[in-house]
Amino acid sequence: MSQTVAAPPLPESADTKAPSGRSSTLLARSLRLWRSRIGVAAVALLVAIAVFGPLLAPSAPDKFVALPNSLPGTSGTVFGTDYLGQDVWSRFLTGGGEILVLAVVSTAIGLVLGVAIGLISAYSRNAWDDVLMRGMDVLMAFPQIMLVLVAVSLVGPETWIIVLAIALTTAPRVARVARGAAQPVVERDFIGATQAMGMSRLRILFGELLPNILGPLMVEASLRLTYSIGIIATLAFLGLSGNPNSPNWGTMIQQNQTALATQPWGALLPIIAIALLTVGSGLIGDGIARAAAGIDRERAA
Amino acid sequence: MKRLRGGGIPGFVLRRALLGMLVLFLVSVIVFAATQALGDPARAILGREATPDRLEVLRKQLNLDQPVLTQYLSWFSGIFHGTFGTSLASQLPVGDMLGPRLVNSALLVVCAAVISIPLSIIIGSYAALRRERKFDKVSSNAMLVLTALPEFVVAVLLVILFSTTVLHLLPAISPVPPGHWPWEYPDGLILPVATLVIAVAPYVSRIMRASMIEVLETDYVEMARLKGLPERTVLYKHALPNAIGPVFQVIAITLAYLAGGIVVVEYVFAYPGIGSLLQDAVVNHDIPVVQALAMIIAAVYVILNMFADIGTIIVTPRLRTRL
Repeated sequence: MSQTVAAPPLPESADTKAPSGRSSTLLARSLRLWRSRIGVAAVALLVAIAVFGPLLAPSAPDKFVALPNSLPGTSGTVFGTDYLGQDVWSRFLTGGGEILVLAVVSTAIGLVLGVAIGLISAYSRNAWDDVLMRGMDVLMAFPQIMLVLVAVSLVGPETWIIVLAIALTTAPRVARVARGAAQPVVERDFIGATQAMGMSRLRILFGELLPNILGPLMVEASLRLTYSIGIIATLAFLGLSGNPNSPNWGTMIQQNQTALATQPWGALLPIIAIALLTVGSGLIGDGIARAAAGIDRERAA
Repeated sequence: MKRLRGGGIPGFVLRRALLGMLVLFLVSVIVFAATQALGDPARAILGREATPDRLEVLRKQLNLDQPVLTQYLSWFSGIFHGTFGTSLASQLPVGDMLGPRLVNSALLVVCAAVISIPLSIIIGSYAALRRERKFDKVSSNAMLVLTALPEFVVAVLLVILFSTTVLHLLPAISPVPPGHWPWEYPDGLILPVATLVIAVAPYVSRIMRASMIEVLETDYVEMARLKGLPERTVLYKHALPNAIGPVFQVIAITLAYLAGGIVVVEYVFAYPGIGSLLQDAVVNHDIPVVQALAMIIAAVYVILNMFADIGTIIVTPRLRTRL
C-alpha cells in the first residue's frame, strides 16, 4: 500500500537492513550478545517445560484435587487449584505444548510460502512481481488478528483453520522482506552467470538466491514466531482454541482471570510463561539483527 | 509508481485515493468470500446436528439460495445503506447495534493515540539525541521487551498490578450500562487506554529513534550546524520535520493497529465496543456481524494508510520535490 511513496522501512522490519553473511557465522556472532543469550535461555526454558512438563506433572491436568481456587499448599498443591479445582501446577506443566507446536507449524508454513512468493517476485521483475506484491498488500490491509478471527468465525475454532489463517497472514509479511532482500542479489553478476550456465529456475531461486538472504529471513522468522505465539495465545484467551478443556496457557489465563483477587497463580503462571516466551523470541531476533548490522558495518569499513 | 507520475500533490492524492478504493473493494470481496462463499455458513452456525428444515430456513434468511454474485451485490449495497444485514444472534439490524459501540471504541482509540503518539515521539527523539547513552540504552531495551508482549498479557498484568492483587486503585473491568457513555466513568477508561498505549508506544518510539538518528547524520543537518545555527534551530527547523515523515506513516499504522488491538482490550475489560462485539460474534458464528465489523475495521486500516501516504508526502520536504 505504501509503495507509491518512497517507502520508509516497514516498521515491523525496521531493524532489518538487508544484512548479509553466512547464517552460521551470523548465529555465532549474535550469541556473543547478552540479549541473544538471555533470549535463548528464556526460550529454551519454556520449550523444556513444554516438552518435559507433562512427565513431571504431579497429577493429571483434568483431575479435581481440591476445592476451586484453593490457595497454594492446599491438599499438597504447589500453586493451588484453578476455577474448577484442578491442580494449577500440573495444568501449567502440560499447557505449553499446544501453543508452541501450533506457533512453530503455522510460522513455518507462512515462511515457506512467503519466501517462495518473495523470491519469485524479486526474480521475475515483470508483471508477476506487481501482481504478487499488490495481492500481498491487499492481504496486509487486515490486522492479522482480524483475518484469523474472520476465518475462525466461519469454521469454528478448529486447529487446522487457526494454523492455516496464521500461515496465510504471515506469508505476505515474509514475502515483502524476502523480496526486498533478494532484489539487490538478483542484480549481481553471479545470478547472470547461473542463467548462462542453464541452471533451472528452481535451483537459481532456492540454491543461489535463498542462501544470500538468510540473514534478514532469520530476523523476520523470529519476529513472526513472536507474533504467532502472541496470536495463538490470544485466540485461546478469547475462548477460541481447538479444545477448551485441554490445558493451554492462553485458556488458563482466561479461565482464572476472575479469581485474580483471591488466587492469582492460575493466571499468573501462564502469563509469566507467555511473556518469557515472546520476549525471549523477540530478543533472539533483535540479537541476530544487531549481529548482521555489525557484520555489514565491518564490511563497509 | 514508475508509470503513473505527474500532477503534483493533487495528482498524487487522487491516485492514492483511487488505489485505496480499489483495495477496499478487494477487501470486501475477500471478507465476503471468506465468510459466505467458502463452506456452508448455515451449517457452521447451526452445527453438525442441525435438521435439514432448519438449515433450509436459515439458508433463506441468509439469502444462500440465491446465486453467489446476487448475494454479494445485495450485501455490498447494504454497506452503503449502513444496514449490513440482520444479526443472527439478536435479530436486530447490524447497523443499529454498531452505533454506540463505534463511538465507545473510537473514544478508546483516540485517547490511546493522543497519549501514545506525543509520548513516543518525545522518547524516540530524546533517545536518538542521547544515542548509546544511558537513557537510550534503558529505553531501547524496555521498548524491545514491551513490543514482544501480546496485548492481553499487558492487560492482565495491569489488572493484577492496579486493581486486584498488588494495589486496589482502579476497576478491573469497565462495563458501561446501556444508555450511558464511557466518559461518564473515566476510572474505567484508564487501564484499557494504558494497555493500548503500552502496546503501540514502544513501536512508534523505536521508529522515531531510527528515523531521527538517520536525519541527524545527514549532510543538511551537518550543513546547518556548520553554518553556526543554534542547536535548537537545527533540531526544530531541520532535523525534526524530516525525521517525523516516516513516523507519520507509523502513526497511521499505529491507529490502524489500535483498531485491531481493541478486540482483545475490550474483551479483557468487558468494555462495550466493536472489539468485544466481534469476539462475541465470532464465538456465536454471527456471520453478518463479523462481516460488517471486518469491513469497518479493514476500511479504517486502509483509509488511515492512505492518509499516512499523503501525510508523509506533505510533511516531508525532501519527498515533495520528487513528485
